[in-house]
Amino acid sequence: MSTPGTLLTPKQVAARRAQAPHISMFARMLFRAAVLRRRRAASALLAMIVAAAVATAMTNLYVDVQAKLRTEFRNYGANLVIVAKDGQSLPAGALAKVESVLGEKTMAVPFSYAVARTHDGQSVVVVGTDFTRARLLNHWWKVSHWPDAPNEALIGMRAAAVVNPKAAPNRQPFELTFQGKAIQLAPAGMLQTGAGEDSRIYLDQSEFQNWTGIAPSTIEVAVNGTAAEVETSIRQLAQLLPSVHVRPVRQIMEGEANVLNKTRATLYASATLVVFTSALCVLATLIGWVFDRRRDFAIMKALGASERLINGFFAAEAAALGAVGAILGFFIGIGVAIWIGRVNFHAPVVPRFSVFPYVLAGSVAVALISAILPIELLRRVQPAVILRGE
Amino acid sequence: MFPRMVYESFRHQARRKLLAGIAITLGVAVATAMIAVATDIGDKINRELRSYGANLVVTPQEDTLDVEVGGVNLKPPSDGAFLNEADLPKIRGTFWHHNIVGFSPMLPVTVKLGSGSGAKDVTLVGTYFNKPLRFGNEDFTTGVKITHPWWKVEGKCGDGAAPRPGRVQDLPASCAWPDDNSQNILLGERLAAKLAKRPGDTIQVSGRELTISGILSTGAQEDDQIVAPLALAQQILGKLGAVRRVYVSALTKPQDALAIRDPKTMTPEVYDRWYCSPYVQSIAFQLEEAIPHSHAEQIRQVAQNEGTVLSRIKGLMLLITFAALFASALAVSAAMATAIYERRVEVGLMKALGASSLAVSAIFFAEALLLALVGGVAGFSAGALLAHQIGRSIFNSQISIEPVLFPIILAIAVFVTFAGSAAAIRRAVKFDPVFALRGEG
Repeated sequence: MSTPGTLLTPKQVAARRAQAPHISMFARMLFRAAVLRRRRAASALLAMIVAAAVATAMTNLYVDVQAKLRTEFRNYGANLVIVAKDGQSLPAGALAKVESVLGEKTMAVPFSYAVARTHDGQSVVVVGTDFTRARLLNHWWKVSHWPDAPNEALIGMRAAAVVNPKAAPNRQPFELTFQGKAIQLAPAGMLQTGAGEDSRIYLDQSEFQNWTGIAPSTIEVAVNGTAAEVETSIRQLAQLLPSVHVRPVRQIMEGEANVLNKTRATLYASATLVVFTSALCVLATLIGWVFDRRRDFAIMKALGASERLINGFFAAEAAALGAVGAILGFFIGIGVAIWIGRVNFHAPVVPRFSVFPYVLAGSVAVALISAILPIELLRRVQPAVILRGE
Repeated sequence: MFPRMVYESFRHQARRKLLAGIAITLGVAVATAMIAVATDIGDKINRELRSYGANLVVTPQEDTLDVEVGGVNLKPPSDGAFLNEADLPKIRGTFWHHNIVGFSPMLPVTVKLGSGSGAKDVTLVGTYFNKPLRFGNEDFTTGVKITHPWWKVEGKCGDGAAPRPGRVQDLPASCAWPDDNSQNILLGERLAAKLAKRPGDTIQVSGRELTISGILSTGAQEDDQIVAPLALAQQILGKLGAVRRVYVSALTKPQDALAIRDPKTMTPEVYDRWYCSPYVQSIAFQLEEAIPHSHAEQIRQVAQNEGTVLSRIKGLMLLITFAALFASALAVSAAMATAIYERRVEVGLMKALGASSLAVSAIFFAEALLLALVGGVAGFSAGALLAHQIGRSIFNSQISIEPVLFPIILAIAVFVTFAGSAAAIRRAVKFDPVFALRGEG
């Protein structure tokens, strides 16, 4: 566009120029300014890109880290407990109903309890559960070997001494009786938690039910999500199963809320500081870049350009710089956020394209501010003074 | 001549110097605040993680089995071994006593509720609420208010009036909790609903008339129980000084390969290192040493998870701090580059008058050094203030700034300012004086 082809006659060139839209001169000035001062333009663009990238990465992390941390907090186990209102067994099919309401993301584990007697008449609590689910819910259980054969049981650390005082490690079978019915069990492994589980014996739910006839009385549920989502889940469950109590585990819920709030606040403060610093960086660079071109400004003014045109020109330049920087920076920032997610949380951060408009608007706004500021200063100076090099 | 040129430059170009100085100050302030927050965040989050409750439990060595279903203990109450209450203050004498946030003894007793034929069995747990204790010359208080922060108590305050805001003893946290030396109890909320009792009512417990000072809500088995001062539970049981188990809440270090080794197999140096690290395992070991005939164990649900959460948050803050340092370094360099670029005419003049490139660079670097030092000191102070504010508003506690940070921050400020100026100075020096003086470029 800038170099007319040699094949064109002057007339044709004139005709072409007349047809070309009026904006082309404006665009050309913008373009040439960037090309002729590419070093300064590049450094201004670089500052813009870095700022946009940092802002994108921080906003992405701010949103995503909370979800990531919530997943970490689910390692603490159940945050809801479902028990029957009358303290007896839960209605049949309660587990299936719970899972149908809460969907894939939830872990629900049934538990049923009975007090049995050992061969020498000592009482011990026996629990029926689903081992596959319990294993997923309770990550902190230290288990030497999970039961995988019929009639195998998981023995709590302290229960081991009672059921089989001499032969705990060598997996000798032992006998338990419940209301006159006896069952032979083989110890599969030891369970250590440091809490109440240590004094219990865990059995597979179906074997437990065949033996005692007791159905699950408790379902422990780990619901993933924000406090509001957990509230919704509680309401849904209470509606679906009117005969049960759905109780939040306060210890887990409040601990999580507390740590999460503090982390979020810290993250917010840091993100603000980092975004503020990068905006400062853009400001410093762009003010320099506009000041640098005060001669362009003076020449334009001397040639009779209106103030509006000049302002428009510098504003358009800054906006273009801001927009290009925002687009490039956005993708770099997404990359940084994904990298941090992988390094720190071993799970990728899901890119949030919804923050793009904010990053774009922010970048353009900062760029405009940093362009207008020096222009306001320059406007008061006579072009002749600038052109004389003073 | 040299100092005078630097001095005059600051005097005549105060505005430009101020801009560059502000950029350096802000950059250093952000860097200082971020480093301070990042180095302290581990300790802060560790304390917040204590809101999950105790991570250690101490039981008698020859402990018997708990036979407990749904919060009701089915065992004869006087069975089994106990710890001695008089040994408990010794917990403050262990090596890591500064890391022990609090502890609560527990003594469950099965009691008869009501009288005559309508009596029913309920578990009454004796504990400390906020008990003042003394070890050596040190006074401290401990109890469930510290170790079980999610316990909520509802009730009337002192004179039976509703809580009045602004009075310390009327704050919801301190209101309605029974005194540790009183005969008042807390009633679990589900039990209270079943019995239709309210705060201020009295209740027949194993032949004693006790006053309900508040309704306890915990979201766990205590909702079906009675919680009473430890001394009262001991009187009911008839065993003075008896404690069934002690919950200990301690600040610990995330466990690593060393933490899980058996202390018996260690060489003396490794053992010392293990003993002197606040692992949950070594604190458990020291608790066993402090309390005779005891067995201390980590509560894995709490202890195992906090390490992961802690290291995730620490890692995140570290990465963000790097981003902050990078952004501030860039901002400082950008400001310096701009400040120098604007002064090409001056460079041209100096060179035309016969100054060597070295002399010109020296002036610029001296100015940059001065700016960096002034900005660094101002920025460090501002950053310390900022970190202090963040600590106060988020964590309600001080964020401590290591004094050793000061020279490091100052060195970084000087280095970044030099690095940011170097390219601009080189270009300014290389620039042909003729063009510079003609005002072209």
